[in-house]
Amino acid sequence: MATLVFFYFAGVIVLTSLLVVALRNPIYSALSLLIMFFHVAGLYVTLRAEFLAAVQIIVYAGAILVLYLFVVMLLNVKREERYHQQFPIGAFLGLTILTEVLLLAYHRSSANEPALPLSQAARTMSNGQSVATGVAPAVGNTETIGEVLYSTYLFPFEVASLILLVAMIGAIILAKRDLFGEGKS
Amino acid sequence: MSGAELLLDYLTRYFSVVLFIVIALGFGVVTLLASHLVQPKFPETEKLSPYECGSEPFSDARMPFPVRYYIFAMLFVIFDIEVIFLYPWAVVFDKIGLIGLVEMLVFIGLFLVAYVYAWKKGALEWD
Repeated sequence: MATLVFFYFAGVIVLTSLLVVALRNPIYSALSLLIMFFHVAGLYVTLRAEFLAAVQIIVYAGAILVLYLFVVMLLNVKREERYHQQFPIGAFLGLTILTEVLLLAYHRSSANEPALPLSQAARTMSNGQSVATGVAPAVGNTETIGEVLYSTYLFPFEVASLILLVAMIGAIILAKRDLFGEGKS
Repeated sequence: MSGAELLLDYLTRYFSVVLFIVIALGFGVVTLLASHLVQPKFPETEKLSPYECGSEPFSDARMPFPVRYYIFAMLFVIFDIEVIFLYPWAVVFDKIGLIGLVEMLVFIGLFLVAYVYAWKKGALEWD
């Protein structure tokens, strides 16, 4: 049953990811990307990372996808034909990455680490939760993340703020040319 | 209990979430399907022609959007991530004490700088 849940999420993720690149209408691609984001969130839930699942939906499905849709609407692409001309180089890169992943998986399994993601994750999580926090494995690991993030990883947290500041300034600088250009005309 | 059993026990807690999604999807599907089945169909060319607010459409709806929308979307992503950091902070606020408050003030202070910058540069202005 638990394996079935995993294969459902994994299957839908693979299928919708393929649709993202295979569909010719970019809006449909974006919508299948949305379905993929939701299923990745589901996969995070099976890995007991509820906070990450919520972040996945809020940030990716809520904000990043809007960016993608805006790009589609800004560029006004109705049916994209150019992607499909890049098939040879895409296939080459895809095969390279696939070989890499398979090699890594092979090395992992030969190092006596079980390749089954679900049972493995369940084991480490049930152990880790009881050791790390001492709380019952209740729904919610946001608390654990908060405790660690605001004590042990205090510095990376503040650096993240700085990075976001830089990202924001960068976004404005890049967009500024257009802002003032359109404002004058 | 084995790992798989534990996981199954854990996943059953999400049954209500699954139920919610199923009801939400079902509502949309059933509503559309019911109206499709029940509606009277007397198609005419005038009825089938596209219209917007009673007037004839005068251009293609798929026209390029102003780039301004993109700036708002980018700023939204950044502030969205800021809010993400607030959730775990709010959950453990009573445990991390004053240091946590100072940390978050520094964090939000940096965002305030970004916000003031965006405001001064006119990125939040529409015109």
